[in-house]
Amino acid sequence: MTVSRIWVYAEATDGNVATTTLELLAKANELADTVECVTAAGADVATELGAHGATKVYTVGGTDGKLVGPTVAGAIAAAVEGGNAPDAIFIATSYGGRDVAGRLSVKLDAPVITNVVDIAERDGALVGTEPVFGGTTDVVTGFTGDKVGIFLVRPKSFVPAEDPSGAAAATEEIAPGDLGNTNAATVTNRFVEEKSGPSLDDAAIVVSGGRGLGEQDKYQLIEDLAKALGAAPGASRAIVDAGWVPYSYQVGQTGKVVKPTVYIAAGISGATQHLVGMKGSKNIIAINKDDAAPIFSVADLGIVGDVHKVLPALLEALQNR
Amino acid sequence: MNVVVCVKQIPDPADPGALDPNTKTLKRDVKLILDESDSYGVEMALQLVDTAGGGEVTLVSMAPNSEVGGLRTALAMGAAKAVLVSDEALAGSDALGTSKVLAKAIERAGEADLIITATESSDGYTGTVPEQIAELMGLPSITFAKSIAVEGGTVKVQRQTEAGYDDVEAPTPAVVSVTAGVVEPRYPSFKGIMAAKSKPVDEVTVADLGIDASQVGWAGAGQEILEIAAAEEREAGTIVEDDGEGFQKIVDYLAELKVI
Ligand SMILES: Cc1cc2nc3c(=O)[nH]c(=O)nc-3n(C[C@H](O)[C@H](O)[C@H](O)COP(=O)(O)OP(=O)(O)OC[C@H]3O[C@@H](n4cnc5c(N)ncnc54)[C@H](O)[C@@H]3O)c2cc1C
Ligand SMILES: Nc1ncnc2c1ncn2[C@@H]1O[C@H](COP(=O)(O)O)[C@@H](O)[C@H]1O
Repeated sequence: MTVSRIWVYAEATDGNVATTTLELLAKANELADTVECVTAAGADVATELGAHGATKVYTVGGTDGKLVGPTVAGAIAAAVEGGNAPDAIFIATSYGGRDVAGRLSVKLDAPVITNVVDIAERDGALVGTEPVFGGTTDVVTGFTGDKVGIFLVRPKSFVPAEDPSGAAAATEEIAPGDLGNTNAATVTNRFVEEKSGPSLDDAAIVVSGGRGLGEQDKYQLIEDLAKALGAAPGASRAIVDAGWVPYSYQVGQTGKVVKPTVYIAAGISGATQHLVGMKGSKNIIAINKDDAAPIFSVADLGIVGDVHKVLPALLEALQNR
Repeated sequence: MNVVVCVKQIPDPADPGALDPNTKTLKRDVKLILDESDSYGVEMALQLVDTAGGGEVTLVSMAPNSEVGGLRTALAMGAAKAVLVSDEALAGSDALGTSKVLAKAIERAGEADLIITATESSDGYTGTVPEQIAELMGLPSITFAKSIAVEGGTVKVQRQTEAGYDDVEAPTPAVVSVTAGVVEPRYPSFKGIMAAKSKPVDEVTVADLGIDASQVGWAGAGQEILEIAAAEEREAGTIVEDDGEGFQKIVDYLAELKVI
C-alpha cells in the first residue's frame, strides 16, 4: 500500500487560512499525490488552499455560532462511510481541531496519533513522531489497522510552502448524518483580549517571564524589555495560572509553540511542558538564579543571576543604544 | 445536581517513570496519585453542587492494580463516591479504548447533569478523551472551560480561545473539559481524609461494564509504538555567573545575532 490521498482539516479566521493549515498542506503535499481539504470556513478559502496544493475542498455548512467538532467530524465520517476515504487526515492541535479529531475517532472507530511533530512514510504507511520527556525522547507511532489514519499535529511542526502557486481548488459540499444533539453547544458571545505589538506566532524575539519574577508587578520588566526589542511577551504556565497575565501569553505544551530567532526565558525553571513549547527556537537565552535549573540545558547563553538585577540593567543598556 | 468527574491516577510527576523498552508503555510500578490537572475538575464540581444546593459528585477512574490513592484524595476533598475500573485486560489501552471504558463507567455512576474532565492529562496528554467520551455517549460537549455555571438545564461556559474567550452554552447533560488553574483546589481537611476512608468505591472489571475485552487494552489499540529514540540534542551553550555584567553578555549576543 502507498499513501496516495491525504485530507487536511483547514481552519480560517475572517477568511484568512490559519498558518497551521498551510503547514499541514506543505507536509501533505510532500507525502501524497492528492491532497484535499475539509473546512467549515466556507468555499472562499478554496483559492488560498488551492494555491497551497489542495486540489479539492470539501465544505461543511451549519457550524455558524456552533463549536465545529461534531458537525465537521460527522461530515467527514459520512464521506468516508460513503466510500470517499482518504488514507489519512491531518488536523492541527487547535481548539477546534482537537474537538474534530476526538469526535471523528469515535465515529470511525479509529485511533488518533496525537502531539505529532513529524509525519513520515514507512513501509507504505504513515507514522507520526511525538516528543516526550520535554523533547529529549522521540516516540514513533504507527497504526495497526487499515482505518483512516488521524494525525493531530502540533503547530509549527512544518514550514508552509514559500511560493504557493496552485490553481484554486474545486469545492464540494459534504454533510453530516444525524447528529442528535451532539452539536448543541452554541457560542453566544466572543471576547477578544487586546494585545499590542507582535504576536507570539510571528515575533522574531520572544521574552518570557516565569515565577522567578516574584510578583505580578514585576512582569512589567518583561513587557518593557519586549517593547525595547520589538519582541512578543510570553509566560510560563505558573504565572498564567496565578493570574498575572492572560492565558494567551502562555508558551508550552498547553500554550503556544514558538520558534523565534531568539527566545529569552527569565525566571523560568524549564519544566518539560515549557520546553516543548520553545525548544525549537533558534537561539535561547536563559536567566535564572539556580545554576541547576533545567532551562540551562537548552540555553545557548545562560546567565546565572537574579532577574531583578539582570533585566533592569539589560533594559537600560538597550535603551541607551 | 449530580456531577461525574473523570480523574486519572498517575505516577507522581516529581518522580517521573520511564518508558519500558520491552512493553513500550510507561512503567507503572509506583504508587499513583491524583493527576493535578483533574484536581481542578473536582473542585469545580464540588462548587457547582454546592451552588445548586443539592446532589453529589461521583468520581470515575480507570487504573491498574485496584489503585485508589488518587481517588482517596478526591474523596477527601468532598466527592461522595467513586467507580473504579481496574482490569488486567486494560493494559496497553489507547485513548479511544480508555474512552470506551470511561463512557460505560460514567453510565454506571448514575444519572449525571454534567461530566467533567481535564483538557488533558499530565502523563498522556492526548487531549482527545473528553470529546471521545462525549461522542460515545451521544452528548454535546464544551472543551477548554475557564468557568462553568449551570442554570436550569443549561450549562454556560467561558471557553478559552486563541484570542480570548467565547461564551458557550449547551443543554445538560453535557461533557465539559476544564483547563488548569481555573479554581483553587481545596486541601482535604483532616475530617475529609478520615471520611474518605469509608466512602464507597465501586470497583468493576471490563466484563462488569459489558465491554468486550478485544475492544480495549493491547488487543483493541489501533496504534503501536514502533521506535523510541533519543532526540537530537541542542549543542551545549555558554553558562556564566552574573558578576554584574551579565546583561552585557546578553547585549553582545543579541548584537552578534543582528537582532538589535
Ligand atoms: C498537563 C500539564 C501541562 C502544562 N503545560 C505547560 C505549558 O504549556 N507551559 C508552561 O510553562 N508550563 C506548563 N506546565 C507547568 C510546568 O510543569 C511548570 O509547572 C511551569 O512551567 C513552571 O513555571 P515557572 O518556570 O515559571 O515556575 P517554577 O518552576 O517555579 O520556576 C521558577 C524559576 O525561577 C527561578 N528564580 C526564582 N527567583 C529568581 C530570581 N530572583 N532571579 C532569577 N531566577 C529566579 C527559580 O530558580 C526557578 O527555576 C504544565 C503542566 C502540566 C501538568
Ligand atoms: N484512565 C483515566 N481515568 C479517568 N479519567 C481519565 C483517564 N484518562 C483520561 N481521563 C480524563 O480525560 C482527560 C484527558 O485525558 P487525555 O486525553 O489522556 O489527555 C484527563 O485529564 C481525565 O480527566
